[in-house]
Amino acid sequence: MSSGGAVRGAALSDDADHGAVSYHGQPVLKEPVWGWEIPCYMFTGGLAGASAGLAYLAGVRGSNTLAQRAWLTSLAAIAASPPLLIADLGRPGRFFNMLRLFKVTSPMSVGSWILSISGASVGVAALHAATGRFGRAAAVARPAAAAAGLGLSTYTAALLSNTAVPAWHEARGTLPFVFGAGAAVSAGGACAAATPVDCAAGARRLALGAAAAELAATAVMERRLKLHGEVYRRGKASRYSWVSRACLVAGAGLLGARGARSRPAAVAGGALVAAGALATRWSVFEAGTQSAADPRYVVEPQRRRLDG
Amino acid sequence: MKLSVEQWPAAYGERAQPRKGFFTDTSICIGCKACEVACKEWNQVPAEIEGFSGNSYDNSRSLGANRWRHVAFIEQRLPADANEGASLVQTAERGAAVEGGLASYQEGDGMRWLMASDVCKHCTDAACLEVCPTGALFRTEFGTVVVQEDVCNGCGYCVSACPFGVIDQRQDDGRVWKCTLCYDRLKGDMEPACAHACPTDSIQFGDLEELRERADARVLRLREAGQDRAQLYLAGADDGVGGAGAFFLLLDEPEVYGLPPDPVDTVRDLGSIWTATAAAAVALGAGLVAAVFGGRR
Repeated sequence: MSSGGAVRGAALSDDADHGAVSYHGQPVLKEPVWGWEIPCYMFTGGLAGASAGLAYLAGVRGSNTLAQRAWLTSLAAIAASPPLLIADLGRPGRFFNMLRLFKVTSPMSVGSWILSISGASVGVAALHAATGRFGRAAAVARPAAAAAGLGLSTYTAALLSNTAVPAWHEARGTLPFVFGAGAAVSAGGACAAATPVDCAAGARRLALGAAAAELAATAVMERRLKLHGEVYRRGKASRYSWVSRACLVAGAGLLGARGARSRPAAVAGGALVAAGALATRWSVFEAGTQSAADPRYVVEPQRRRLDG
Repeated sequence: MKLSVEQWPAAYGERAQPRKGFFTDTSICIGCKACEVACKEWNQVPAEIEGFSGNSYDNSRSLGANRWRHVAFIEQRLPADANEGASLVQTAERGAAVEGGLASYQEGDGMRWLMASDVCKHCTDAACLEVCPTGALFRTEFGTVVVQEDVCNGCGYCVSACPFGVIDQRQDDGRVWKCTLCYDRLKGDMEPACAHACPTDSIQFGDLEELRERADARVLRLREAGQDRAQLYLAGADDGVGGAGAFFLLLDEPEVYGLPPDPVDTVRDLGSIWTATAAAAVALGAGLVAAVFGGRR
């Protein structure tokens, strides 16, 4: 750089060879303050939501064993969800403030209600599946849980997209599909593992189809992100992305090849694809943090937008 | 799709006050940090010692939960020809002399020292407020954006929503904190502590309408005086946050000061976000139906 260069960090804006100007290389945005609980919740919420949908439809078709196991899977996942969310709050004792309002501009507010409705309806449906009691309430709860489950599986993508974090906001068109597919992968995998192989054909089909969908959706997302797709090839986001793809391919292969005959293979394959779905959430989570931490990912697209 | 929260002044009816704000004229900031100190004292913001940064005179680094005013220091070496009409060769020679330690910046080249006091922007379209699930963040009768510390549960959503990286979580406390534009002082008809302490009137407080007129005149004068990069930042209503209650006169591009050049309130895209999410939910439903009914039981 010629003498127009900056002393330290800050450069004149029309210098030809600067990458992106920043203030002493410092981030423009604050990094997300969320801890490990949040990507884990995005996984358990998706698992609970898609399992509820699977359970309801399996029940409609008369696959009663699969339906029962899927309801119990959904119950286990949804029971784990509020503790994760509450543990991540700065003031856990005030978690109930989440239900002070219903606010459509806040996907977190919308999601709190979806989670509440899902939790109650999955609870009733699973109780009926396990004990045979509360039949009339369960008849209402099952379709409600299935419908709320679709929202529970995808709203977390809206939550991440509705931020200033570049890798999340710029992925707003595709991220819900990544998360929806991931939810289906984890439900298919968990229910294929939890159900005797003779009764689990629907769960296996779900796991295989959704694993392909998640791999495709993630690839499309990274390509469409252009500059911000870079963060998926760096650091933790890249490592989790590799783990995710490896687990999805290996697990789907195992489920497809041996899942119909061998329960151990179904358990291993189901666990692998579910781990893949979890790793995808971690990868997206880390990508957001990485994009917020680097001023280039914030300034460069905005500057280009201004300069036309 | 236009999604928004009911806001000032409609929500206040007759109790609505004229919108108040800051005009921070960085061209007359002398970097004394009186604003940082006054803010900390009045608002009882905890100390946070971060040590020596090496970033010019800036050791407080950035806005955050424990810093609601922050003075940025930028040392620039302007090409001499920007001031004196020196040739490229002369400029390069002067630059080399500085690099080699043979001359100070002042002797060797055109040194420019920019200082600017940053603060929460109190956006017209405030993403922090819009995404807050508890309603802890609200708009006051003065049109400013304030956190109710007795409501905030520390979910952290606002931290990621703010396009300026202003609001942040206080570690030992769990809640989020930021500039209140001295809501308590405003209620008592006093100007905010930072503006009160500013010795050069670089920080000017008042009715937003009047501040904008003053700023328009000031930037025009600076341009006429040869400051061709002088510009107003967030002074209009046509930017991505609908303009701001706290706006700035800058002498260089915003990113030089660590400010985003084209910040956008994320909620402007929320319509498309919900649409994509609904489409994905429908696709998930279709996928579940296909998996369950698309083969043997």
